[in-house]
Amino acid sequence: MSDLDAMRAPEAGDRSAPRRVEVNEAILRRNQSSADENRQIFRERGWLAVNVLSSPGSGKTELLCRTSERLLQRGIHPAVVVGDLATDNDARRLQAAGAPVVQIVTGTLCHLDADMVRRAVESLPAAPVDVLLIENVGNLVCPSAYDLGEAGRAVLLSVTEGEDKPRKYPTMFKSATLVVITKVDLASPAGFDRDAAYSAIRGVAPQAAVLETSARTGAGIDAWIDALLALRQ
Amino acid sequence: MHEFSLMQSALEMAVDRASQHGAERIERLTMRIGDLSGVVPEALQFAFEVLRDGTCAATAALAIERVPVRCHCSECDASFEPDGLVYVCPRCGAASGDIRSGREMELAWIEVT
Repeated sequence: MSDLDAMRAPEAGDRSAPRRVEVNEAILRRNQSSADENRQIFRERGWLAVNVLSSPGSGKTELLCRTSERLLQRGIHPAVVVGDLATDNDARRLQAAGAPVVQIVTGTLCHLDADMVRRAVESLPAAPVDVLLIENVGNLVCPSAYDLGEAGRAVLLSVTEGEDKPRKYPTMFKSATLVVITKVDLASPAGFDRDAAYSAIRGVAPQAAVLETSARTGAGIDAWIDALLALRQ
Repeated sequence: MHEFSLMQSALEMAVDRASQHGAERIERLTMRIGDLSGVVPEALQFAFEVLRDGTCAATAALAIERVPVRCHCSECDASFEPDGLVYVCPRCGAASGDIRSGREMELAWIEVT
């Protein structure tokens, strides 16, 4: 600190000595203020927004297809915003499930940000929305830093991944409101160690409720939807 | 993490602030990076060395202050610095997800001439 102190107290009239200028700003402040605006917009419209995150291939799209169908059966209107580096394959799958969908193609960008979500939301077809499901880019690192204005975060872990994934990606799992273990119909053939997975999740993310689902068999989908709707506080 | 785009934003913030203060050059940037931010300080340093060229920070140094994780234990109503990834209160052993610091990605201050 001694050289900094010296810099902070330049000799009078010494114009070449460095001066310290306080900044104290978050690098992502622009995203944060956009996210706060999104949150306000969602609240005014009465939308429950959920940020859904996982590795690529953990079953986000399939879970959201089943979620959309089940929400519609309950008379609740879903809408989906889905981010991918390329292709609109996921949007087409989701559309078939009956929800209005907007695909965000991020190009090389590894996460969604609050402005992208805002633009996507503004381009949704005019229809009633109760629940906005935001399927983030498959990535357990970068999206964790970007608030989108969501009411909660669901982080997925499929039984075909390592049970220790929460320990490998603590920043993401520690930001989760819900942790969803997906593809549980494959638990036995995949040799999934349920105790090890729960121990990793509860250790790293004690704040999160843990659910198990199978989008293929429908197991756990109703409980997942109840947990989702309970985020509306 | 995308350290390049984060560094680009930090540098733009620094250059804006320097020009608001009528400075010619930035001598040093100091950033605060939380241990739970997901940002790798070495990658930030590397990005800085590439991105500073051609700006008023071309000869600047980058200092990174790490911010340790601090949690709050609701049982003890006290804060603690966890050891490792499982955040357990050293007094009572309760797990805590109430993270009060450690996610920071901030530009703290700049030194200018």
